[in-house]
Amino acid sequence: MSEVLEPAETDYQRVQRSQEFQDLRRRFRTFVFPMTAFFLIWYFAYVLLAAYAHDFMSIRVAGNITVGLLFGLAQFVSTFAITMIYANWANKKQDAVADRLREHIETGEVR
Amino acid sequence: MILRAAATTEQVGDPAINIAIFGAFVLVTLVIVFRASRNNKTAADYYAAGRSFTGPQNGTAIAGDYLSAASFLGIAGAIAINGYDGFLYSIGFLVAWLVALLLVAELLRNTGRFTMADVLSFRLRQRPVRMAAALATLMVVFFYLLAQMAGAGGLVALLLGIDSTAGQGVVIAVVGALMILYVLVGGMKGTTWVQIVKAVLLIAGALVMSIWVMAKFGFNLSALLQGAIDAGGEGGEALIEPGKQYGISALTRIDFISLALALVLGTAGLPHVLMRFYTVPSAKEARRSVVWAIWLIGAFYLFTLVLGYGAGALVGPETIRSAPGGVNSAAPLLAFELGGVLLLGFISAVAFATILAVVAGLTITAAASFAHDIYANVIKRGEVNPDGEVRVARITVVVIGILAIFGGIFAQGQNIAFLVALAFAVAASANLPTIIYSLFWRRFNTSGALWSMYGGLISCIVLIAFSPVVSGKVDPVTGASLSMIKDTNVDFAIFPLSNPGIISIPLAFLLGIVGTLLSKERPDVEKFAEMEVRSLTGAGAEKATVH
Repeated sequence: MSEVLEPAETDYQRVQRSQEFQDLRRRFRTFVFPMTAFFLIWYFAYVLLAAYAHDFMSIRVAGNITVGLLFGLAQFVSTFAITMIYANWANKKQDAVADRLREHIETGEVR
Repeated sequence: MILRAAATTEQVGDPAINIAIFGAFVLVTLVIVFRASRNNKTAADYYAAGRSFTGPQNGTAIAGDYLSAASFLGIAGAIAINGYDGFLYSIGFLVAWLVALLLVAELLRNTGRFTMADVLSFRLRQRPVRMAAALATLMVVFFYLLAQMAGAGGLVALLLGIDSTAGQGVVIAVVGALMILYVLVGGMKGTTWVQIVKAVLLIAGALVMSIWVMAKFGFNLSALLQGAIDAGGEGGEALIEPGKQYGISALTRIDFISLALALVLGTAGLPHVLMRFYTVPSAKEARRSVVWAIWLIGAFYLFTLVLGYGAGALVGPETIRSAPGGVNSAAPLLAFELGGVLLLGFISAVAFATILAVVAGLTITAAASFAHDIYANVIKRGEVNPDGEVRVARITVVVIGILAIFGGIFAQGQNIAFLVALAFAVAASANLPTIIYSLFWRRFNTSGALWSMYGGLISCIVLIAFSPVVSGKVDPVTGASLSMIKDTNVDFAIFPLSNPGIISIPLAFLLGIVGTLLSKERPDVEKFAEMEVRSLTGAGAEKATVH
């Protein structure tokens, strides 16, 4: 199978082509890209509301606590939540695979 | 009325106590720096602290780097004066960390060695890309330094009772000289320890003050807001509603969105923040650093919300505005109101330490970028021994320190949160697009990188130069100039926004695509494979040095 390919292929290219690396990469991107899109949309929804929906953001929910203040604090909550979700996910799903691949490369046993 | 308020706040606290507490901080950190410097042998030691810090240590140092005087003094002041609109800074500065956590920190740690340019030039043509990245780094550092030193001037006026420009200049020079000493002797390791000590003091101080403020209002946030509304006098209700600063016209609203964009995309392009990821041994520790940093920074911004409204309620916006340090003096004035001379002394020493530590972090970044990218790789084409490179870095430290001192004397009286926002705009336009493209887009090439970096950098600088920040902004009430050029007759502001982000950031992303597609250069598939595999697995990444 490998004879068909260019002979000058490097170790890194072989790893890049391997199923294990492709899976690692796909898992990384399908997690990180939608998550990035989500928090950016959520952040700009907040920014646009603060810029153009003054009346809505100024509604008093309880005492002097406004909708805008709650929205702002919700940005803190979502940031903390995404941070922990990502860290747990990466620790559990990605690190072991990445470590195994790295060992293969560094000990020269690239499949 | 304003004059009377100024007279009562002119001499706040006891300068002797302020200096004593600050002196103690300097003494303790100097000992730490000298102890840490004993193992500074190689370039990896000097630039990256031998990659020996743990995630939590580095996370705390990142918080120390990030929670600059702008965050502490600037945001608290902005919330005290403008209420809700000041809150945007905190939110943007925090959410921005998700970009760094998800897209940049680990991949960068795995592929680079010392500077941002290491990653950007990994699979592109070395010299032109390094040159562009180093210039962008130096520009961001310049704006950031200006902001810190402007803060130092205001603080000096307030805390040491030094009103004369010459006297303030002397104090700024002393602060600058101390910083040069830290960085020269301690390198990245010493600088990191200063950041850690300072971050702990700053966050603890803000926590104590927040609890104190909340206790005065029965731990009732609504009551605190009522206090700020009452102290705000006529129109005080506007403090808890959006739009007090940015809701005046359609143009100011666009300015608000522009600022929001620069804040959220700037962090992951800040060279001094990126460089911190090299001080840990692995990508996993880089991730832990960011997690720690996000928690510390998030908590701190919640405190500044309380401190800002607390300063509005307990000190009052009129008093803050007319104090010698202006808007930036809200937090120190609040400390004096709460805990008298001692708490003011502590908080002002922490604020000084903040400036000192952040300036040290910026300086070592600029020095690394100049010595490692421009001198060693562009001028000497990599033919230089590491000792020579570190010697050049040390010389650069002295030069930048002196420039910072002069810049600080020149930049007095500017709002510092705002100056930092400009640094973020430059980082988001000149650096972030190329970082993202080179990590994730296979087709990306040298031409795209140069178009994007120079396009982002130049558009950003030109738009700032022709914006009301530099000339032509006049206070409608007093007729005084609010721009950098104080002569109100000089007005060449043809770009109406204060923050250029909304134009320059999309432009830089676009130019990256256009430049790439217009060039016939073929991407280096071998290098791309190496970069992609290394970035995700950590293979071949720089290891920690053991002493």
